[in-house]
Amino acid sequence: MTEAIVDVRGLAKSFNDHVVLDHIDLQMQPGTITAVVGASGCGKTTLLRLIAGFETPGDGTVTIDGTQVASAGRSVPPHKRSVGYVAQDGALFPHLTVGQNIAYGIRGEGRDKVRSRVAELLETVSLNPSFADRRPHQLSGGQQQRVALARALARQPVVMLLDEPFSALDTGLRASTRKVVAELLAQAGVTSLLVTHDQEEALSIADQVAVMRDGRFTQVGSPQSVYREPGDRFTAEFLGDSITMPCVVTSGFADCAIGRVSVRADDGPGTLLLRPEQLVAQVVTDSGELNGVGKVLAVEFLGHDVLLTIDPAGDLDPIIVRQNSLAPPPVDAKVRIEVVGNGVVFT
Amino acid sequence: MTAAPPVPVPAAESSRSEATARPGPLVSATVAILVAATCIPLGYVVWGTVSVGWTRAYELVVRPRVGELLINTVALVFITVPLCVLIGVGLAWLTERTDLPGRGFWRPLFVAPLAVPAFVNSYAWVGVVPSIHGLWAGVLITTLSYFPFMYLPVAATLRRLDPAVEESARALGSDSVGVFFRVVFPQLRLAILGGGLLVGLHLLSEFGAFAMIRFDTFTVAIFQQFQVTFDGAAGSMLAGVLVVLCLVLLTAEAAARGKIRFARIGSGAPRAATPNRLGYSTIPALIALTTLAALSLGVPIWTLLRWLLIGGAEVWDFAELGNSLAQTIGLAGVAAIVTVVLAFPVAWVAVRSSGLLARVVEGANYVTSSLPGIVTALALVTVAIHYARPLYQSVPLIVFAYVLLFMPRALVNVRAGLAQVPPSLEEASRSLGASPSATFFRVTLRLTAPAAAAGGSLVFVAVATELTATLLLAPTGTRTLSMMFWSWSSELDYAAAAPYAMVLVLLAIPVTVLLFRQSMKVAAL
Repeated sequence: MTEAIVDVRGLAKSFNDHVVLDHIDLQMQPGTITAVVGASGCGKTTLLRLIAGFETPGDGTVTIDGTQVASAGRSVPPHKRSVGYVAQDGALFPHLTVGQNIAYGIRGEGRDKVRSRVAELLETVSLNPSFADRRPHQLSGGQQQRVALARALARQPVVMLLDEPFSALDTGLRASTRKVVAELLAQAGVTSLLVTHDQEEALSIADQVAVMRDGRFTQVGSPQSVYREPGDRFTAEFLGDSITMPCVVTSGFADCAIGRVSVRADDGPGTLLLRPEQLVAQVVTDSGELNGVGKVLAVEFLGHDVLLTIDPAGDLDPIIVRQNSLAPPPVDAKVRIEVVGNGVVFT
Repeated sequence: MTAAPPVPVPAAESSRSEATARPGPLVSATVAILVAATCIPLGYVVWGTVSVGWTRAYELVVRPRVGELLINTVALVFITVPLCVLIGVGLAWLTERTDLPGRGFWRPLFVAPLAVPAFVNSYAWVGVVPSIHGLWAGVLITTLSYFPFMYLPVAATLRRLDPAVEESARALGSDSVGVFFRVVFPQLRLAILGGGLLVGLHLLSEFGAFAMIRFDTFTVAIFQQFQVTFDGAAGSMLAGVLVVLCLVLLTAEAAARGKIRFARIGSGAPRAATPNRLGYSTIPALIALTTLAALSLGVPIWTLLRWLLIGGAEVWDFAELGNSLAQTIGLAGVAAIVTVVLAFPVAWVAVRSSGLLARVVEGANYVTSSLPGIVTALALVTVAIHYARPLYQSVPLIVFAYVLLFMPRALVNVRAGLAQVPPSLEEASRSLGASPSATFFRVTLRLTAPAAAAGGSLVFVAVATELTATLLLAPTGTRTLSMMFWSWSSELDYAAAAPYAMVLVLLAIPVTVLLFRQSMKVAAL
């Protein structure tokens, strides 16, 4: 692994005795996208603002490209850091045109050079160079976000900070803008930190996902690893729907109400966690075998998928299974639940 | 005190607690000095009372003359304020919620009286009815001068109310009278209280209009006392009683307002209200509006034109008038600029940092600027004579008095402007490599400029039409328009005073238009 270009160590911040960040460590590799995901108020925006220089840390350090820019009570002001910042609503200057907005941070260059640089940046964010003469209010939300990104890219920052950049957009626009921005950041090769409360956004866009709760990271890792192998129950439940049930592990297999599931865990009792997409309900015709068989309580048709509410034998809560909607089992049918892949066990 | 901004501007809210910032040393020092300065008028009253001793103070306060002034002043407030409520609310309802013909014409017409200073209005009525004097004359003239203070905020609020709420009341079985009293009127409460307070404070501080019709209120009596004894205990005791009256008004309004806030619940843009049909009442309504317009605008315009006609070419001493205009523009211009510049740090603290400092600043400013100009002027005269002799009757001192008196006019606007500059814009600028000062000039100031200009012009007109503090504090040889008008009309040379009144009114017209526009814009929120 190469040396981290952004290195956050032991970062802490309190507002009025309320601990917002509790000794955070985060390393970002050059050219990667890191997503910090957490519920609102968990401290993720504060982390971003500390890296940007809008706040001064109470403890810990921030190092950008080998230069320490913040430590306890000391902070290099934002205009002297090499950071790009894209705010939630874009924060375009309403009194300037799109072109003037993008040119705001460009220094000491001739008029023509600035003009061609603005046109170039507009093309980079897939906007027509004729947009330069428009006013911010004449653009749609997605276009405004792309202009904000172009404006931040103009200074060729070492690290790009994005504060919930897509949350102000409506659903359809959000997905498409997200894709454009992810590709763009990858092309530009700029190291980026994205803060979001949307786990799907974090998982789809990032190379590294950090899940935050009450000012601490519960887990940091690749999107696949944090989703498939969550370190604790909070992380698991925050990143997607999950099904939990008690189990007993013996030599790599967990025994539970729906049968045996392959796991990587030590022997002993624990809680088994599965994702709904790992489960498939099969109708059982042979009623002789009772172990691992449940009864369908309800079938909810969602178009592409169906949600089956299944009552497993014993005194367990009903299990929700999500599967494709082709030929679902009817209500009251006896079904066997099969598990695809490994489960995760928490002890 | 004319043409105060009566339109309630929505209070600023910082977008999130994290965005609050600690003010820098320059800002803190400016704000601290301003807060200290705002304590001078109240301090003067307290110190005056303490230094004469309780017995003497008691003797000076409890005497028939004070009782007479108290009855006059209280009666004036208790009659004029309800009259203004009646006229203001009635007008607002007629011009906003009925199918009255020519509503677009009536609306600006009833804001126009703000361009006529009350003392000019008084002068006009003396011209029409030379024998006019006493309480009822005072009530008549001030009602006609001040009802727009009620009309503007009430009309703005009425325009903003969601008609869906009234339609729901209709559907629940109320008739139009019931809807007005049970649904509309309660929502107008804040606007009425605010307007009423403004009218009340103007009544307490008005000098010229009452002096002209020989109606003695506290302000008039303090002024006369000052001319006789200069820096006397009697004057400062009267000022003390006036300050108490003023604080009673402020407290009463605050108590009546309570903590209620009305917000439109629900989303989406409100539709325009369906106008109520006046039917057979149209003609009487039109007659009432015409009469009011004739009394409030017709009388001053007619008298001014008549005196100008009688005076002919003789009264137009253009050298004197030009000199006076130049002095007025100079003094008012300097005061406007200084006030707006000082309003920036105060507004910044109010908008960007929540907490004790912001509240102290706002509170101190609110109380001081509510005090009658005569009290502030007297306090500054006393302080200057005792502690800063060279400042007495100097331009800096009078500009300072204007800052204390008219700060809220600039503040309300600068604050609203600043509140519209989200901190995220400043942060974006900082992250793009602009230093804090560059950010202020390239982003913050640029975006606040229109609001600052509006605030500055309000202060400008307020200073140009100010009489009391100007008479007390102006350097020897100063001849502003209002001073010249006052000196001619005091000599009963009404014709010679007319050109000055005319120029004063013309100066105030653009700002009156501005106020009207602002009230329309608030409605569009």
